[in-house]
Amino acid sequence: MVRRSFCALFAVCLVGLPDAGAQRPPAIAAAANLNFALTEIARQFERDRGTRVDVVFGASGTLTRQIRDGAPFEMFLAADEEFPGQLTAAGLTRDAGAEYAIGRLVLFAPTGSPLVVDERLDGLSRLLHAGQVTRFAMANPDVAPYGRAAEATLRKRGLWDAIRSRLVLGDSIAQAAQFATSGNAVGGLIAYSLVKEPALANKGTYALIPQTDHPPLRQRMVLLKQATPVVEQFYAYMQGSAARTVLINNGYEVPR
Amino acid sequence: MDWAALRISLWLGAGTIAILLPFGVWFGRLLAVRDFRGKLLVEALVTVPLVLPPTVLGFYLLVTFGARSPIGQAFQALAGHPLPFSFQGLLLASAIANMPFVVQPIQRGFEAIPSDVRDAAACCGLTPWQQFLRIELPLAWPGVLTASILTFAHTLGEFGVVLMVGGNLPGQTRTLSVAIYDRMQAFDDRGAGVMAATLLAIAVATLMTTTALSRRVNPSRG
Repeated sequence: MVRRSFCALFAVCLVGLPDAGAQRPPAIAAAANLNFALTEIARQFERDRGTRVDVVFGASGTLTRQIRDGAPFEMFLAADEEFPGQLTAAGLTRDAGAEYAIGRLVLFAPTGSPLVVDERLDGLSRLLHAGQVTRFAMANPDVAPYGRAAEATLRKRGLWDAIRSRLVLGDSIAQAAQFATSGNAVGGLIAYSLVKEPALANKGTYALIPQTDHPPLRQRMVLLKQATPVVEQFYAYMQGSAARTVLINNGYEVPR
Repeated sequence: MDWAALRISLWLGAGTIAILLPFGVWFGRLLAVRDFRGKLLVEALVTVPLVLPPTVLGFYLLVTFGARSPIGQAFQALAGHPLPFSFQGLLLASAIANMPFVVQPIQRGFEAIPSDVRDAAACCGLTPWQQFLRIELPLAWPGVLTASILTFAHTLGEFGVVLMVGGNLPGQTRTLSVAIYDRMQAFDDRGAGVMAATLLAIAVATLMTTTALSRRVNPSRG
């Protein structure tokens, strides 16, 4: 009896507690490669429009899973087209969304690393065959499109099989960048948009990977069904010239 | 310093205690004084969060209460928002994860009471409620205190299940431990450092309080 009434009380509390998020600014989910660029755009948006949005960063796959499980995001900026496509197919988005940026990959070597960076990964290949690659960082290809691009690049250069056992996989491209820049790995394949930030650029050297070496990182954004007017405004703002300028400054190409 | 995250952590700790303590006292005492069929299994189930990785709990909670499950949809229809990715979801996860930290010390507390004491109280004509409130609870008090403090400290330190079930939403489910991870991911080592130091200080203070209090409550054991 006591137990049953206790369970009932607990259930009532869970359902009845006011939702703490009710008065919060709307939450937007964004791929981790946008860490610096979108933080800046959101700040500008707040200055220009007087309203705030909260941005939560993570791997596109992780965020997609959370949205499918009911996470209250109102907009999703992915690192590819496939993950937002899954949400559209599941009927969770307003429409198919819009492409807002094309991302680039870089090979990064932290200061003091024996790795010499070049766009064809020749330095990495030499180091690998000399047995001097202890750890190499990239994002987990299962959840992060930048990880998938990194895998494609390594495969194209014929290094994948040799480097596999040396990989440290970040949960997101941000974590991969942390591994690559902190000196705990000889280097890594990470997002150009992250190393454009002076705080990271100063930590080593990098070379841009040719876009033809991996399927293009076409980044798509979608409004989710529950999007409120503020987020609709932000969606439009992302396509405006102010946001596009920030994206270009952060190393992205923008469509059109 | 993310004050909202600190507030959420503290609320989560307090909320978990508020939910678990009445249950723990009732259940811990039951386990201490009674024998029943299946007791072994029940005790194992209550203790299992101690040895299970948080991902297992996170997985089951998401699968059971996620927007794609019937139970999750029913909850959403009732409450207007899904249970995962909300503070209530964290509270539920935290209550389950902390079950052993509450039940075990309390059970030990009640077990330490000699059965003669209970018999004597019954002989003196105390009703079971009086017996419980005046004799047993005061004697088991150190266990209850340890349970509360352990739960509070453990809730502040909870990370994996909070990240999985809560999803790092600022002002709602981003606790201090998740905020540290979030700052690290954003290359904000300074922010992460401040919060890590805060959590360390709270944890040390909490444990010092437990020791000091247990000495005062039970000087012979101190």
